[in-house]
Amino acid sequence: MLSFLIRRLGQSMLVMLAVALLAFSMFRFVGDPVTNMLSQDASVEEREQLRDSLGLSEPLYVQFSTFVVQAAQGDFGISYRNQRPVSELIAERMPATLELVAVAFIISLLVGVPMGVYSALKSHSWLSHVFQTLSLVGISLPTFVTGILLILTFSVTLNWLPSFGRGEVVNIGWWSTGLLTASGLKSLILPGIMLGLFQVTLIMRLVRAEMMEVLRTDYIRFARARGLSNRAVNFGHALKNTLMPVITIIGLQLGAMIAFAIITETVFQWPGMGFLFIQAVSFVDIPVMSAYLLLVSLIFVVINIIVDMLYFLLDPRLCADRGTANSH
Amino acid sequence: MRKKLLSVAMTLTLGLGAAMPSLANTLRISEASDIASLDPYSVTESNTLGFLHHIYEPLVRYNAELKLEPALATRWEVVEPNVWRFELREGVTFHNGNTLNADDVVASIKRAIDPNAPIRINVPTVVDARKVGEMSVDIVLSTADPLLLNYLTNVYIFDKEWMTENNALQAIDLRKGEENYATTHANGTGPFKLESRQPDAKTVLEVNPQWWDKVQHNLTRIEFTPISSDATRVAALLSGEIDLMYPAPLQDIKRIDSTAGVQVLQAPSLRTIMFGMNQRDEQLHDSDIKGKNPLKDARVRKALYQAINMELIQKKVMRGNSRNSALVVAPEVPGYEAALNERFPFDAAAAKALLAEAGYPDGFRVGLDCTNDRYVNDEEICQAVVSMWARVGIKANLTAQSKGNHFQKMLSGGSDIYMFGWATLPMLDTFSALTGFLATPAEKLGTWNPGGYSNARIDELIGQISSELDEPKRRAMLAETLKIARDEVALIPLHQQPLSWGIREGITLPQTPDDKPRLWYAKVN
Repeated sequence: MLSFLIRRLGQSMLVMLAVALLAFSMFRFVGDPVTNMLSQDASVEEREQLRDSLGLSEPLYVQFSTFVVQAAQGDFGISYRNQRPVSELIAERMPATLELVAVAFIISLLVGVPMGVYSALKSHSWLSHVFQTLSLVGISLPTFVTGILLILTFSVTLNWLPSFGRGEVVNIGWWSTGLLTASGLKSLILPGIMLGLFQVTLIMRLVRAEMMEVLRTDYIRFARARGLSNRAVNFGHALKNTLMPVITIIGLQLGAMIAFAIITETVFQWPGMGFLFIQAVSFVDIPVMSAYLLLVSLIFVVINIIVDMLYFLLDPRLCADRGTANSH
Repeated sequence: MRKKLLSVAMTLTLGLGAAMPSLANTLRISEASDIASLDPYSVTESNTLGFLHHIYEPLVRYNAELKLEPALATRWEVVEPNVWRFELREGVTFHNGNTLNADDVVASIKRAIDPNAPIRINVPTVVDARKVGEMSVDIVLSTADPLLLNYLTNVYIFDKEWMTENNALQAIDLRKGEENYATTHANGTGPFKLESRQPDAKTVLEVNPQWWDKVQHNLTRIEFTPISSDATRVAALLSGEIDLMYPAPLQDIKRIDSTAGVQVLQAPSLRTIMFGMNQRDEQLHDSDIKGKNPLKDARVRKALYQAINMELIQKKVMRGNSRNSALVVAPEVPGYEAALNERFPFDAAAAKALLAEAGYPDGFRVGLDCTNDRYVNDEEICQAVVSMWARVGIKANLTAQSKGNHFQKMLSGGSDIYMFGWATLPMLDTFSALTGFLATPAEKLGTWNPGGYSNARIDELIGQISSELDEPKRRAMLAETLKIARDEVALIPLHQQPLSWGIREGITLPQTPDDKPRLWYAKVN
């Protein structure tokens, strides 16, 4: 178990290094940050000077190794656009993203699981067909379109909910929360729905498929033959076994939601990490971009390791045969 | 932190309580991007400088008609050709209570001209500032410079004691990788003072009751929220969550205008959109003509010019909101000459004849580089031009890409024909166009002239204009350069692109063509 963990950690470091290297080789295609930082009247020499002093004229491998050495010491540099330390910027934005993802995640579970269970149990009822159709719409509509439709309906036409921002936030230590004020809670609803909608449909379809599978298995038939109540069979036995694979998938989806809340954050002017990243891309703010991409790869690597560890706990076969232990 | 919590708690209770009437004179404004910093010396971006003008003030400023007027200085005179003496306004206080004096101005100018300060570029000729008396300062230049006042409109004055206390006597230097107190705090003399700021979310200003100037606005608070998504920004205006937004996206103008309670203010801006042409290389990068460069021939350039139907572009692409231009500067810019502003007419037959005369009866292929995220309808304009040129036999190969990539390619000389815009800001003078892209590239000159246009007379005039202190003489020389550039088709000017602000009805505000709302003229009913 321990050697497995150490091996995984070593692999994770390699993955993160690879991500950082890929990111670095891409930055040269995003454009030249110096044109954005200096005014139009800057002379060629002034541009060159700035480029030199920022280390941008060094060869790629030198820039990369400087970045890795500094990042290993926790120093991600100063943002070109915001002119503040990158680690501070990301720490400031993280609460906004995490709260948004938490809300979206809860919405997707509270709505997705019951819908999936219902449409598995009553697969021929008209409501199941409605759910199926809705989920198809949810999966195929691009998220920014749903976001804008939500804004048009609930902000512009009905005037119920704000169309942008986090509302009033309260600071608890370094964590800024919108969960404690009325306007903060209201601001969470629309972006939460937008970010959660895809997950709702995904979870609903997953639960439905898994549950229908489980309902066909022998132990369910035995349970019914034993004369257990429908309720006990469906929720006590079937749902429990359905949720194992579902939990794995939505665990991984959680990482994806944190990393890719970018579109939701852009549509709703949500001051989170994804929004910071998008702004960094348009300004060619290399320190922010590299730190964010590294953070995202870290999130994925951590979630992957946790899932692997969960497999160990859930599936005894893996412990017996540790030589071939490997995730999916 | 406890203080912060307390203030949040207080705003909360106030907000929930009976404080609603005070909100009546809050102006909620929104822009596509946030201000980069609270330190006006750390950036040269005009939206940041425009916003910070509400907190900080320069010695001289532009009024609503873009005319220079005294601000923190009341009088000035040229003592020697390269020394200007400024008398400061009495009784001006900073937001922290300190009084403005000569030390503050000297420390501010020195901070601005520090070689590592980004704003340095905006005050190129200033070399020193000296205290002459308690309220009088000499500014020393490297050479006689008629544009000093224009430059000074962008140098906002800091309080020396405040800078010293907070170790901010120098502007941020990104190269050192250190934070600067002034990036996140502000203390100026302006009509509004900083109440709070959350980057990318909200910046709040409140009125400064001690402001020295006669108050023309009736605002008590300004809430600035950047909203980058066009659709969301429009929705926020329509739903009444913001009062003023700039820019209003062109495609949404009709929708905003047709909604009760909001409207769009429109006017041509200072920014002239142009095509530059490679007249430097012996052969174009992307052309079927080898061994020579057709764009070196003025007849070819004129043919390209006359093949563009600007009226159609004005009507269809710009929806009637732009102002076609024959000159590279807008009418508000000193040096502009109305008599010269006459475009060569759109005439496809004449264009074809010119091409034949130059030896290209069947036209040729050429690369055209445009941005797709920098100017109003930039990509659409270029697409329209490509099809217009096709009719006279010019096969333009269009590359429309984001500004970072476009300007990198263009400025390194990799483009045949390239789109760019010039507002003459921050100088607000025709001289900016001359040194920027009409001068032969050399050291500090012609940095935006990758096409290598070169005219000996223009270069000669630039030398004279740069130190001519007699304004009528200077203007005449500026007009001469504009005429030469027009007649030789140094570039193909297209139009001044429109600026459009979405605004809630009941708010009055002068729309200034430099796209910087001056909210000390705003009134909320």
